[in-house]
Amino acid sequence: MSNIRLIPRLDIKGPNLVKGIHLEGLRVMGDPQEFAVGYYRDGADELIYMDIVASLYGRNNLTDIVKRTVENVFIPITVGGGIRSTDDVKHILRSGADKVAINTAAINNPDLIHQVSKRFGSQCMVLSIEAQSNGPGKWEAFTDNGREKTGKDVLEWARKGVELGAGEVLLTSVDREGTRKGFDIELVKAVSESVPVPVIASGGMGQTQDIIDVIQQGKADAVAMADVLHYRRMKIQDIRQAALEAHIHVRNL
Amino acid sequence: MTPRVTVIDYGASNLLNVVRALEHCGAEVVLADQPEAVINADRLILPGVGAFADGMAELQLKKLADPIKFFCQQGNPLLGICLGMQMMLDSSDEFGHHEGLGLIPGKVIHIPPKGANGEPHKIPHIGWNELSYPEKGGNWDDTLFSRLSPGNSMYFVHSFMAAPSDERHRLADCDYDGQSICAAIRSENMTGCQFHPEKSGEPGLQIISKFIKTQ
Repeated sequence: MSNIRLIPRLDIKGPNLVKGIHLEGLRVMGDPQEFAVGYYRDGADELIYMDIVASLYGRNNLTDIVKRTVENVFIPITVGGGIRSTDDVKHILRSGADKVAINTAAINNPDLIHQVSKRFGSQCMVLSIEAQSNGPGKWEAFTDNGREKTGKDVLEWARKGVELGAGEVLLTSVDREGTRKGFDIELVKAVSESVPVPVIASGGMGQTQDIIDVIQQGKADAVAMADVLHYRRMKIQDIRQAALEAHIHVRNL
Repeated sequence: MTPRVTVIDYGASNLLNVVRALEHCGAEVVLADQPEAVINADRLILPGVGAFADGMAELQLKKLADPIKFFCQQGNPLLGICLGMQMMLDSSDEFGHHEGLGLIPGKVIHIPPKGANGEPHKIPHIGWNELSYPEKGGNWDDTLFSRLSPGNSMYFVHSFMAAPSDERHRLADCDYDGQSICAAIRSENMTGCQFHPEKSGEPGLQIISKFIKTQ
């Protein structure tokens, strides 16, 4: 496998970096640009920007933030939130993003996954799945930051999305998001074993052992982190060091 | 004098990133979507993300393919990135058979779906991977990689890979579960990187800095 990627996730509302619990109850953290540059300098492997109110308004407002970020940040950036068409994708990629993460629009129109991957390559089509447990070993896909049910089974949807051309899955556990209780390892493992593409585990990171568990037991290919970094509870270097000590392959800095 | 670099603008979505990285390294960037601008460039970058056939179709539509070939035949420096690197080869097997620019002999093929141990691995190959000298020998003296060392990590995102027909055109490899993947190709004035130097932090910027100083 490739080196495990450590990815700060920045949820954005308007001009601000925000953080919530279960994707709700948002608190303003500050200027996303400052956080992004700091994470780049600290050795982040990638960044994820998520416009978390975009799907409500039907548009993504991150292009300005992305444009400013890429002046000083030379690592891959994934942008998600409110992306509905290949034109939206083109616009966001042109702003400097490398990949787009799509949830709601893909649920409503799965063919969008195919269109995006055909036009821009599957490597930039990240299928974003918000998963909520609905029974033992079962999860339902949600949209709109875990507010709207879709009736879709997460594992089936992940497989279908990848068949249509998704090159990566950003898997957010709504149950664990913002709780710092650790990743939903069972969920990550189930999805990771269902699809041949990389899975980014998101939601629940509280301590370095959580990352080790989600990689070793959950078979995650990448880990997204928000809280622990934004509140400066941990630094990326410490996480990288802990991963190395657990014999996990991470980038050679 | 500020070095001038012309970036081919044919709709490649990583254009802005490449431009920012060039500017960060001190270059004056010119975007070119016209044949004359390509031919008159000092140095040319062919960026690219996405499907091979679409990329080539755009270059043909804008009548840029022949000017790029002409530019390179004159001995001028070209750097191809990701799809831009793949298009430097003769052809690709991605979604059917498609002709490339044919600047360096070889073709673009699927990444082996399994690691050396026979276990399937993830495709696309996404993430940071360490560069090595080509398996069959070679070093990076007098190349764009002269400031790098084997072991430097670069950011890769691809499902297909270059297979240059002449091993001497292989500049760097990387290891993906025991499978050797061509990380960079080179022939005289032309260099292609499978990875994204504009997204590979400081080591990537070293390559770009070096390129903007080539004559």
